[in-house]
Amino acid sequence: MLYSPDGIRAVRPKTSRNRGSPVPKQIDRLGDPVRRISRRAMLAGSAGAFGTATLPFGKAHARQQDRPNVPDDPTKVQGRDASELGTRSQFEQVRRSAGRSSSQTPHQDLDGIITPSDLHYERHHGGIPEIDPDRHSLLIHGMVERDTMFTVADLKRFPSRSVIHFMECSGNGGRSYRNRRTEDVTPQQVDGLTSTSEWTGVPLATLMREVGVDPEASWILAEGGDAAVMTRSIPMGKVMDDALIAYGQNGEALRPEQGYPIRLFLPGWEGSASVKWIRRIEVGDEAFMTREETSKYTDPLPDGTARQFSFTMDTKSIITFPAYPDTLPERGWWEMSGLAWSGRGRISRVEISTDGGQSWSDAELQGPVLPICHTRFRAAFNWQGDETVVLSRATDETGYVQPTLDELIAVRGIGTRYHHNHIRGCRIRPNGSTVFTVDA
Amino acid sequence: MRVATPRSAGVWTAVAVVIVASAAIAAQQDQPERFGFGRPATEAEIAAWDIDVTPDGTGLPPGGGTAVEGRSIYVEKCEICHGAHGEGRPFSQLVGREPRQGFPFGNQPSLVRTIGNYWPFAPTLYDYTFRTMPFDEPGTLEPDEVYALTAFLLYLNDIVAEDDVIDANTLPRVQMPARDKFVGDNRRGGRELR
Repeated sequence: MLYSPDGIRAVRPKTSRNRGSPVPKQIDRLGDPVRRISRRAMLAGSAGAFGTATLPFGKAHARQQDRPNVPDDPTKVQGRDASELGTRSQFEQVRRSAGRSSSQTPHQDLDGIITPSDLHYERHHGGIPEIDPDRHSLLIHGMVERDTMFTVADLKRFPSRSVIHFMECSGNGGRSYRNRRTEDVTPQQVDGLTSTSEWTGVPLATLMREVGVDPEASWILAEGGDAAVMTRSIPMGKVMDDALIAYGQNGEALRPEQGYPIRLFLPGWEGSASVKWIRRIEVGDEAFMTREETSKYTDPLPDGTARQFSFTMDTKSIITFPAYPDTLPERGWWEMSGLAWSGRGRISRVEISTDGGQSWSDAELQGPVLPICHTRFRAAFNWQGDETVVLSRATDETGYVQPTLDELIAVRGIGTRYHHNHIRGCRIRPNGSTVFTVDA
Repeated sequence: MRVATPRSAGVWTAVAVVIVASAAIAAQQDQPERFGFGRPATEAEIAAWDIDVTPDGTGLPPGGGTAVEGRSIYVEKCEICHGAHGEGRPFSQLVGREPRQGFPFGNQPSLVRTIGNYWPFAPTLYDYTFRTMPFDEPGTLEPDEVYALTAFLLYLNDIVAEDDVIDANTLPRVQMPARDKFVGDNRRGGRELR
């Protein structure tokens, strides 16, 4: 085992993966989130070779000097008292990477499938509003028998449902689509715009029955109570199938950045359609053609058309370990880990390749394997010091197989800005350092 | 059916569980079509929030404006973000008709999507401007201002003339260059990649 001079193991410890992840800066623009790697991250990435084993773990060195002061032997002093609100260990510094209008989940630091609520990714179109739940209402009107105003308390009185689903921004992974030479990027920076939570709320179908929806109605307009007064049109089929007006996330009230006090939640659909801070639903018989579903969130195709209402998130997987800026300190057995998900149902299979896609073998799916949910996979591999590329490839229960970047570009064109679910992974160099890659 | 004796607490518990379970099932079966929660929304409440405008012009208010009127409002409230001629920087580029032929966005990532080359419906421009702009004072524009700004942006994009009056009657009739470019989602899962 290689050790750096001060005794810190020169690899991200599996039990504490958080300390080394570079925090990206973000250039914020209206429209698509644009992310840039911080100078700090670039420095770390450029010095990840064995010969300079102090980097990228130089940050850990610096931290060694100001590490929290704890007793040498915790069995010889009484511990601290109980508290009203729990906090993470002071040694755990997990963080979203945040710009003005979005932040990314640090997948390289997490295990299991549930994203801690305070690390769930964000994407806003007009900032996070501050809303008093006692003064917030949901209006449902239009092609209904009874135009109705529901308070938040009214909504909580209906029979509730809790579901565990991922949510992903349709722009997630875009930087690896547009620039296939991108190497010094973490799972958080490439694919941090997806997260999984338990969501609790009232089925929208229940509310539609309550207001007496017109059988001829075919679309709703969902509108938020934020500065963007965010609007998306949703087909009635989804409304009646599994749409939720959610007020709970992971056992407590929604976080403000997730739509407090209420949001729309549409399982498996691009996150922007799950309108947060929802205050109005208008029922109609045509799509409303808002800016967010015409000018934005549409997918121009190579044939000179643009795909509209491309709601469903396609099957995808990412490897969260090993991943840039990890370094494997020695040859031998390592366990690859990652997440797979599909907007159409359960993940049925994840395959991994340790030879750049020449051969594939099944990874173990770690339960629970839930429909429309992050699914954790694991696979042991024996690294013998060769330069190699490790990749993952997910299949869902409809038989959809995660495509390569070339396959995806062939049908979508290089100009598309959403739905980037191509195969990706990392290149392991002979010195054990890793970089992100989409190429074998 | 066995009769429980008072000495058997376990059996009493079992009986209680059966009774509770039966009640729960009955409650489920009796769930009504309507619960009667919520209250009727008033006309005024609906009018205050119902601001959306659809492609056929539904929702457009009285009023109107021209590009000439819009120019001064744009200079005062929009130019700082979108540039003197709608060229963008620091925020979204609003103006651009190139390429005049075809719709090659799928193959040309550098091509900027603007009102003139990408937006399919003109009333959407009114809807979005009214609900969100200007950025530092969202939702504060009067209908006449929004009509005038809409006219100005359509004029800059070479879609209407400088003195055309844009109002509830004319705006839905404006033909946008990208009007017929949009198609539905044909992805269905399964083996075929689309």
